[in-house]
Amino acid sequence: MRFFESFELALKNILAGKMRAFLTMLGIIIGVMSVIVIVGLGNGMENYMVDAFKSLGTDTLNIMITGRGSSRSVSEEKMYEIVAEHPEYFKLISPTVSMMSSVKLGAETLESPSVTGVSEDYLEMKQYFLLPGGRGLYYVDIRERANVCVVGTYVNDTYFNGAAVGQTLKISGRLFTIVGVLDIIADSGEAEEGGADDIIFVPYSTAARMNGLGTLNSYMVTLVSEDLATPAKEAMEDELYEIFGADNAYNVQSMSELLGTMTQMLNILITVLALIAGISLLVGGIGIMNIMLVSVTERTREIGIRKALGAKERYIMSQFVIEAATTSVMGGALGILAGFGLSGVATQVIAALTEESLSVSPSVNSVIMAFGISAVIGILFGYLPAKKAAKLNPIDALRYE
Amino acid sequence: METKETPIIEFRSVSKYYYMGDNVVRACDGIDMSIFKGEFVAIVGQSGSGKSTCMNIIGCLDVPTHGEYFLGGVSVGALRKNALAEIRNEMIGFIFQQYNLLAKSNLRENVEIPLMYAGVPKAERRRRATDVLTKVGLGDKLKNKPNQLSGGQQQRVSIARALVGRPSIILADEPTGALDSKTGLEVLAMLRELHEEGNTVVLITHDSSIAARAQRVVRLEDGRVSYDGPVSQAPGVGTYTGGGA
Repeated sequence: MRFFESFELALKNILAGKMRAFLTMLGIIIGVMSVIVIVGLGNGMENYMVDAFKSLGTDTLNIMITGRGSSRSVSEEKMYEIVAEHPEYFKLISPTVSMMSSVKLGAETLESPSVTGVSEDYLEMKQYFLLPGGRGLYYVDIRERANVCVVGTYVNDTYFNGAAVGQTLKISGRLFTIVGVLDIIADSGEAEEGGADDIIFVPYSTAARMNGLGTLNSYMVTLVSEDLATPAKEAMEDELYEIFGADNAYNVQSMSELLGTMTQMLNILITVLALIAGISLLVGGIGIMNIMLVSVTERTREIGIRKALGAKERYIMSQFVIEAATTSVMGGALGILAGFGLSGVATQVIAALTEESLSVSPSVNSVIMAFGISAVIGILFGYLPAKKAAKLNPIDALRYE
Repeated sequence: METKETPIIEFRSVSKYYYMGDNVVRACDGIDMSIFKGEFVAIVGQSGSGKSTCMNIIGCLDVPTHGEYFLGGVSVGALRKNALAEIRNEMIGFIFQQYNLLAKSNLRENVEIPLMYAGVPKAERRRRATDVLTKVGLGDKLKNKPNQLSGGQQQRVSIARALVGRPSIILADEPTGALDSKTGLEVLAMLRELHEEGNTVVLITHDSSIAARAQRVVRLEDGRVSYDGPVSQAPGVGTYTGGGA
């Protein structure tokens, strides 16, 4: 008797009791479905996080100089030098100076825009584009500590009706001339209050003076490639260590490294969740075993007849194992379909509730794994009932009512 | 019926003891018996006479605890379960009192079962099952389920199933037990016909009048043979006049 015939027989038996077969499969269906959805959710979260970090720049280093003791610091010229000495890692550098200042437009105070002091290279480093009719910051603006600024689309559209260039606004009581407007930055393509487009850039020298800082302590450096994040970070740290002689005077952060750490943490979380969901696969397997044991008892007479007619133990055995495996695999297949269905629904629900585009995307690996596990569970949990069936004494089995 | 050829069934002081605590139940107690190819033998006995045990041993469903059973010249007692299954498949055609057909399978599938376990390819299996069902007069009901048939028809299906593997022995266990007298007679007539075609038929029954349809009678009492000879001289064996179990 060939495998295919056993399979045919198993399929016939399963289809003879559809309701029962479905209920038997339910555990497997739910298990496979939840594993797929959870892994899909994990993938979605990872993609979302990667996108979020990409917009911050995974090919950049952020450097904070905290200094050590009272006076030791590093000058901006030294920082520019370090970058110039390692062209294999670094491309451009810009100091960044955050300003906690109020922005005033006439009598109106604007709460939301963030004001940052940057260098003339900053827009290029961030790959921000200017709208035609304006200009970016120039080196002379830095040198002269000019009172000029570049604003984001939101500021331009909301307060200046799209004609901000040449207008003025007040930052901490000082009058700034708007020289340029940025093209839209946000991924969503929609400028929002407090979002990526609600920004104002001023020369860092101007910002530093207004903040009352003698030295600059925050820098952004772009890298030749994001793959070099780790060695570039080390090179920067080595240089800074040489200056300070201690490693607690500075902090070099690589977005790409940070992303790696967070992805790793997320993966651990998802794996744990998937394993918990996997427990329901185990429960499903036990359900299959239970029904197969009942089925063996119900079909004792059939087994007796088959044995009397010459079925060897291994035929009876394989018949029941294949039946259990087929049930389980059918459950697995239904679970995969249900998993994809629920993933789609979850994507919609998340989009509706949070207005974030987090897509729950099941991975091919999780599908293959779920399918394989359900087949293995069928065989594993079908084994015991099949063994019981195969070992039945034909005389007793024939007499069984 | 004594010939010099090898008997197809040979019991050499076959015993089957069941041990229940300190008691020993002697279901078969030293049975000697030979059945030759082409014979039609009835094994008769009251319940408890050991005829069921005897039939289980002949059908290789059970092995003796003492003595030896030769089937076609091969000692069966030493064989493993798989070998016994093979012998049942190739050499024995069972006909049961309760027909023992698989309710979920149609007639042709039921008849195909022994061939399936013998590894006969599907197309040939179908052809042979169809042939043999036609032979027992059910060629038009191949796709029917057993429960759509009368008792007599179901027993004919089980005869077809017994025949399909061309076994050495047709082993019928109370084949008329569940049937009314008329269909019972039909089934017996069919067994006689099979015998006349050269098959070896062993009929197990408690009913002497049914045993009278055979050529030779082996009567069992308390696990021993009390008579072995032609029907005509068997004590208490009359002519079957009908009536079931």
